[in-house]
Amino acid sequence: MSVPGGWYLALAAILFSVGAVGLLVRRNVLVMFMCIELMLNAANLTLVTFSRMLDDIGGQALVFFVLVVAAAEVVVGLGLVVAIFRRRENATADDLHILKG
Amino acid sequence: MISVLRALDPLYNPGVHWAELVIAVIKVVVAFGVLLVSVMLMIWFERKVISDMQARVGPNRAGPFGILQTMADGVKLFFKEDLLPERADRFVFKLAPYLSLVPAFVSFAIVPIGGVVTVAHHTFELQVADPPIGILLLLAMSSISVYGVMLAGWSSGSKYPLLGSVRASAQMISYEAALGMTVIMVVLLGGTLSTRGIVDSQAHTFFASWNLIRTGIVPFLLFMIAITAEMNRPPFDLVEAEQELVGGFHTEYSSIRFAMFFLAEFMNTITMSAVIVTLFLGGPDGPRFHFVTWLWPVLWFLGKTLIFLFAYVWLRAALPRLRYDQLMDLGWKVLIPLSLGWVLVVAAVLVGRWWGVAVILALVAAAGLLMRAVRVGSTRRAQMEEVVG
Amino acid sequence: MLASATAVDSAVFVFGAMIILGGAFGVVLSRNPVHAALMLVATLFGVAVLFIEQQANFLAAVQVIVYAGAIVVLFLFVIMFLGVDRLENLAEEPLPAQRPLAAAMAVLGLAGLVALGVEGRWSVGAHQVVGAARGQSGGDVEALGRAVFTTYLFPFEATAALLVIAVVGAVVLARRPSGRMPGPSEAGGEPAGAQPSPLPVGEGEDSSSGGPGELEVEEVAR
Repeated sequence: MSVPGGWYLALAAILFSVGAVGLLVRRNVLVMFMCIELMLNAANLTLVTFSRMLDDIGGQALVFFVLVVAAAEVVVGLGLVVAIFRRRENATADDLHILKG
Repeated sequence: MISVLRALDPLYNPGVHWAELVIAVIKVVVAFGVLLVSVMLMIWFERKVISDMQARVGPNRAGPFGILQTMADGVKLFFKEDLLPERADRFVFKLAPYLSLVPAFVSFAIVPIGGVVTVAHHTFELQVADPPIGILLLLAMSSISVYGVMLAGWSSGSKYPLLGSVRASAQMISYEAALGMTVIMVVLLGGTLSTRGIVDSQAHTFFASWNLIRTGIVPFLLFMIAITAEMNRPPFDLVEAEQELVGGFHTEYSSIRFAMFFLAEFMNTITMSAVIVTLFLGGPDGPRFHFVTWLWPVLWFLGKTLIFLFAYVWLRAALPRLRYDQLMDLGWKVLIPLSLGWVLVVAAVLVGRWWGVAVILALVAAAGLLMRAVRVGSTRRAQMEEVVG
Repeated sequence: MLASATAVDSAVFVFGAMIILGGAFGVVLSRNPVHAALMLVATLFGVAVLFIEQQANFLAAVQVIVYAGAIVVLFLFVIMFLGVDRLENLAEEPLPAQRPLAAAMAVLGLAGLVALGVEGRWSVGAHQVVGAARGQSGGDVEALGRAVFTTYLFPFEATAALLVIAVVGAVVLARRPSGRMPGPSEAGGEPAGAQPSPLPVGEGEDSSSGGPGELEVEEVAR
């Protein structure tokens, strides 16, 4: 008998909160990105847990799509970061005010 | 007995017979030992064969035919000073050699070495583990092995290693895509991800039913090229190109950590040869005779693996290193399109013969159109540049 | 604790949870972006372990291949490529209210999630929509494949389009503007830059710029 799903959900909630705090607190764009990945992983963990609890493969299929979307998001996001860094030496999230018209 | 085990180990699961646990432990230990010893022999073999090809003698002092040379080198490295560069990131610098060593061993765990053996009423397979996701584990491990090289170069805090590691990461990720595609073909044909299942699916007739023939030779060649690039073996060893990068990612390493990188490289060579044999050459499949039945598959496996080990040494002796742009061109413009197209062909042929023919024709037409488009585009571009100056 | 689970299962869960949370705190607290990325890898591995523990074997493998093998490597690649691997000074904080506010919001959010988990009665009992996750003959791989290629075929195709768009976007963003004057890409760098390549594709695939975008797609596409 496996660990009850509630424990997994609690773990995912904590992981999500940690990621959210990181996103709010850190200023380095790359680290903020990593924190988003943490939050996505928390969501994935929740989905897989529900998939097991409900005995429905749909949750796992959704995780599959989340992975794809995460990859696409990281590609474009890092492309943006590279483009920004090419113009400025040291880009933190605060420096993005240059995007104002 | 069980109560004792339970008292000793809270993790002990009462559903498993203790003999199976013992067998599992023995398998792991034996596999690790065999791999280490074969690395030792492989280094000696490589040096000997290369020196034969270059009309030299090679190592001949330590032991008969110099077979203990590796041991001597190992002892020497072990007693050398372990340098830690001033500007190194200490933790990562120490972590990196292990990160390159572990994947090499873990991927060997899924390789079926022989058939099924029964010892004292316990039947087990000659294979450390047969997980249901089998071959995906190989892909996972080969993507993890990037970390060792990458972090080693970065954490050294020095220029050339960093260049080497940036090269390595780009190279290894580029070729991983082609690697995955070729594995897809094997999985399509075998209908399973488990390595044991893949080997079994090739075991009908000797040679003709191997994936080497069934997929057409092309995927095998693609896989071989991709895996050579993945291991950073020559001719794809730009990561440690001596002429350009001093020693590449391990320039700053010394003593036992340096030895670990070499151990990982040769372990990877052996593991990947074994994986090629598993995926394309039927693994331990081959004619067997009625005495000592368990031995023949193992011998077949060893023989086939040895062929590839020799091939790698040969490649190293014969081929010059690629330039970096050639490497990227080969990966992105040749290997990936070709493997993608071949996946379509294999899938279509599996559906039906006429589908296969149709897909081949469609692919040829598409490739022709694409080439035409590229040519038109480049001439237009040239004209534009003439006009603009 | 965890009375109804076997010792092995609880041990795996606790172990995985420790790795996950340790890694997560590491990401948030480390001053060096490379260390943060490594900590992220630890978290991803922990999540993969918990996937396996919940019989999602295929997803665990894909998690390692895509996340650890491609996404984080891409992060590291960008960090090294741009040379931003300096230590950050975390003590310096331009907005004094930001941290307490963030902590308060996180606690609030966590409380909300936990309350939802405790109160919500909608998440129990087996009522399948797509298909069983357990007890399939082919295991989770076959069940997942069946779901993705039948029920979710349209989203699957849509993700293919998404990936192509992402690749094009990444190439456009990351490639240096190919100007009339010899830019920095031709001045320094690769030997290929010396002679003008006749193919227009050559520049987009200049390992540093076009590369990462395409890597991702190929990774996920398989």
